Order: sequence, then structure tokens, then C-alpha cells
Amino acid sequence: MSIEVKNIVKTFDTFKALNDVSLKVETGELIALLGPSGSGKTTLLRIIAGLETADSGEILFHGEDASDKKVKDRNVGFVFQHYALFRHMTVFDNIAFGLKVQPRKIRLSDDKIKAKVKNLLDLVQLDWVGDRYPSQLSGGQRQRIALARALAIEPKVLLLDEPFGSLDAQVRKELRVWLRRFHDDLHITSLFVTHDQEEALEVADRVVVMNKGKVEQVGTPQEVYHKPASVFVLNFLGNVNLFQGRVIDGKLYLGNAPANIQQEDKLKNKPANLYIRPHQFHVDRKPQGDNAIRATIKHINLAGSSVKIDLTTESGSDLQVEITQQVYSQLQLIKGEDVFVCPKDITFCEYEI
Amino acid sequence: MSSLARRTESPIVRRSLIGIALLYLVLFIFMPLFIVFATALEKGIVYYLHSLADVDTIAAIKLTVITALIAVPLNLVFGVAASWAIAKFDFRGKNFLLTLIDVPLSVSPVISGLIFVLLFGLQGVFGHWIRDHGWRIIFAPPAIIIATIFVTFPMVARELIPVMKAQGNDEEEAAITLGAGGWKTFWYITLPNVKWGLLYGVILCNARAMGEFGAVSVVSGHIRGYTNTLPLQIEILYNDYSFTAAFAAASLLAFLALFTLVIKSLVEFRFRAELKAVRKQGH
Repeated sequence: MSIEVKNIVKTFDTFKALNDVSLKVETGELIALLGPSGSGKTTLLRIIAGLETADSGEILFHGEDASDKKVKDRNVGFVFQHYALFRHMTVFDNIAFGLKVQPRKIRLSDDKIKAKVKNLLDLVQLDWVGDRYPSQLSGGQRQRIALARALAIEPKVLLLDEPFGSLDAQVRKELRVWLRRFHDDLHITSLFVTHDQEEALEVADRVVVMNKGKVEQVGTPQEVYHKPASVFVLNFLGNVNLFQGRVIDGKLYLGNAPANIQQEDKLKNKPANLYIRPHQFHVDRKPQGDNAIRATIKHINLAGSSVKIDLTTESGSDLQVEITQQVYSQLQLIKGEDVFVCPKDITFCEYEI
Repeated sequence: MSSLARRTESPIVRRSLIGIALLYLVLFIFMPLFIVFATALEKGIVYYLHSLADVDTIAAIKLTVITALIAVPLNLVFGVAASWAIAKFDFRGKNFLLTLIDVPLSVSPVISGLIFVLLFGLQGVFGHWIRDHGWRIIFAPPAIIIATIFVTFPMVARELIPVMKAQGNDEEEAAITLGAGGWKTFWYITLPNVKWGLLYGVILCNARAMGEFGAVSVVSGHIRGYTNTLPLQIEILYNDYSFTAAFAAASLLAFLALFTLVIKSLVEFRFRAELKAVRKQGH
């Protein structure tokens, strides 16, 4: 089922949680709502579920206005940040709850409910915990039970509020991969809220970046990372270096050094803030071309798939550069030595007005 | 945590703390309780039963039980409704309502009784209207019931509000997204989660309803066999120098206290696994 959010506004007392938010989610998509705390992402999720009412705007489910539909009639599965499992019920009863509270006319027989719960427990690979209470499970297990419970009512839409928010790093990573595979199998339209950019970029088909109650950008992980629509998106999705640039006679200057960068045609004849991601640099001992920046190596971090180098430029500003392990081992760089750094590309360009 | 704390204190500190607690219990609980039963039985079991079978005492027991049977369920409903409203919703005047609920606890029971005399007594605000309808409230069982309800109505609410507040709304919201309506959510989720607080509130409410003296004394008029509850009957017997009979009646109230405690322990034992699960996740 597709979801369409149109011009949603929501205010809590004087705080504007959502300011004219619109969004379209296609059937079967897995969407991440990404933003810092207070950006309105959870409020948007709760409004879609019906747990919160918007001051104005519309929610369309499959093209039909659902704004006035009650929560229980919306057929959404909601997974809460702190799981919200029923603590006085066993895992089995938790999952069966949504089936048992249905009106008698459409309720499944006890045997069928039992079979269905068993299937769901198999699906989340926890078929052995049916008799336990939620307090006897680990965080990751509780999260999976919460998911199984939400799926029991066969929702058309699955909404997850910070699904991995309160888990430790190891379990987070496992569940992240698991959720992606899970979605690929079931193809249920899903939205999940997260403040972790890595999580959003890794799991989602498309990412909705939110800030201060507004949508900053909607796009595939690739788009939002490589073609950010605003400085906010750029900063939120990873490290970035800022340069004061200037375009003079069609030629771009980084500080005082002229830069041979292919995107020059886009640049106008004014001062500009140039944002360059750490991996978009070329590092060498000799200056390559006339746009190389001389910088001193302050720190080298070898842990990880790439080598992260912190430098200080001649003009005294900090610079972060990432090179491959291969390039690093060719160059044999040492802490404290001077190198020449040359930008290959610019991620984002902001003109001063 | 607790096992760690136990290990860090020296044995002397530990033993003296336990000793102080025990001494207090012996002085203020066990000894009075023992004296009640000892005095009640000092002339033998036959005399004990005989003094309980007194017509006026039986009438007092009946009135006490009827009063509790009316006051406790009413206050149960009120307590659940009030704490539900206070813990789960935001509305104007919430703090005022919270303060109002505390009034019977902060006002002397004698004054609580007087309020009803001033309201329903012959010279009272509604006095003539009540008499014109041929009813009697003051110096009759209805006044006893009304005064008891007033004195005991905070008991359930005060137990439930902190429990409900601590649990938040998450589980209720989860139930609603799973298709449960308001009533089913309350019945299957909210109520089971507060049942221990509720049970405790009802026990306290019942104990107070049966044991209330001050407010009831003011509105009762002490008519033997008609408006005397068990505590009032005990006082009358005591003032009549019928000590054994007074203590026999008092032993009934003491029995009631012990009985409710046993019930509570039995229920807790029966549901211990579930209780443990609830408490663990509650933190």
C-alpha cells in the first residue's frame, strides 16, 4: 500500500514539530526517516499511524484519505522504540494479542491463532521463546518479538520507531542486515525512523532527511550522500571539509591556490563555500598541478577499510582526508611530514549572497 | 546490587539494624496483637464466642460488612477512573484534582463527620428537604456509609496513580495499533499491569472502611444495634467495663487485618513468576 503525506503541520504548544511536510512512499518501499532529535521524524511516523493528529494536512493510504480513520482501523504495524511488549503476557500471548482482540465475526479459531503465532516465531527465528516473559529476553530478541507482534495482524504498512535505538552496536548491525533481508522477502511498505546515518544509508531504498520539522531531501542513499541538497544534509551524512573558494575569471581558487576542478562551469563569479568529502582528495609528496595544498600530517588512523588522515594546512585550518590502504602503503606516509593534497571533486557548493 | 550492599556493611551494623527493626515490631505490633487475643480469650473460648454472639455485636458486624461492601466497590471504581485520568491524560485542573483527592487524608476524621452533620442533619443545608421526603441520613446507616466512602476514597487512587504514571502509555498505544478498542485495551493491558497496586489499594481501603472510627462516630448517634459499627461497638463495650467482650470484638478486626495479609501473600505466591516479570521490566 502506498502512503502519501500532504502538507502536514503539527505544533506542540509553541514548538513546531512538523512544518508543511509532504512525502510519497510507494508500495513495497523501505524508507528511512533520518534526522537529529527534535527534527520531527518520530512525530511524522506517529501521525501516519494515527497515534497523533496533525493540525492540518492529509494522510492518504493507497490514494484514500485516512486522516479521520482511527488507529485500529488503519491496519498499520507499529514497532515502538522501547518495544512496548506487554510485560504481563508471555511472548506467545503478546504475538497473539492482535488476533485475539478482533471482533468475533472475523476472529480466527484458537487453533489457527496458535499456528499463526508459531509461524511468526519461526519467521523471526525465535520459535523457542513462546512461553517466556519479555523480561526474560535480550534486547535484540525483544525487538524481533515486537516485530512479530506487529506483523501478526498482517498490516499493509510497517512503521518502526528507532527500531535499533536501544541496542548495542554489535546487535544493531546484525539486526540491520536482518531487517533488510526481511523486507526483501515480505515486501511490505515500511518506514523506519533513525538518527544514525550509516543505518539509513545501509538499509533503506530511499532516505528522507529531516531537520527542524521540514524535509531537507528525499532520495536514494547514493543521491543524498553524493548529491546533497543542502549544507545540512551534507553535514549530517558524513564528514566534510569546508574551503573558502572564489571564482575569478572563470577559474576557481581554493584559498589562494587555483583549483583545476571540472565542475567550474557551474560556478559563478563570486565567493563560495566549497564542501569536499575526505575521500575526494588526492595525496602526494610532490605537488601535482597548481592547485595542490601543502599540509602537515597530524594523525593517521589505520583502523578500517580506508586510512583516515588528519592534516593542518599551511593557512592553519584542519583537513580530513581518506585514502585507500593501497595508496597509503605505496606512499609510506609518516606522522609529521608535509604532503600535497589536491581536491578531485567538490561535493557541494554554497554561494555567499 | 542488594547482595553487593549486604557484603559491604559490617556484621555489627547489619545486626543492629535488624535488631532495631525487630524490637519495634515486637513492641508495637506483636505485643498489642497478643494482648488483644489474650484478653479476648482470658475467660475461655465459650465466653469468647458468647460475647461475639451478642445481638448488638452481631448487628455491628453486619453494619460494618454492609458499609465496606458498598464503600469499597464504589471507591474502587472512583479510584481507577481518577488515576486513569490523572496518569494518562493532560487536562486543565489536574493538579487541583490531585489535591482534592488528598483532602480526606489531610482533614481530621472528626471534621469529615461534622461536614455531613452540617449537610444532612436536621439543622443542616439539606435537613428539611430530607425530612420532608421521610428519609433519615444522620444518625442512621446511610450517614455511616457516606462518611466511610468519604474517608476512604483516596485509598485506591493514591496506590494506583504512581503505578500508572510509571508505566506510561507505550503498551496502551501498542494495543491500539494492534486493533484493540478502548475497553479491550483497558481490560487486557492497563488493568493487568496495575492489578497489584489495585489489590493493595483495595486491601487498604477495606481495612480503613471497616476500622474507621472518628468520622463514623460523629454521624452515628451510637444507637445500639442500629448505627454502631464494630469499632463503635468496641468503644461502647469498653466504656461499659465489658473488657472481655470489647477485646473479643477487637479480635475480629485484628483477624480481618491478618486475613487480608494472608490473602495478599497467597495471591502473590500464586502469581510469583508473572509478578517477577512485571517488576523486572518495570525498572
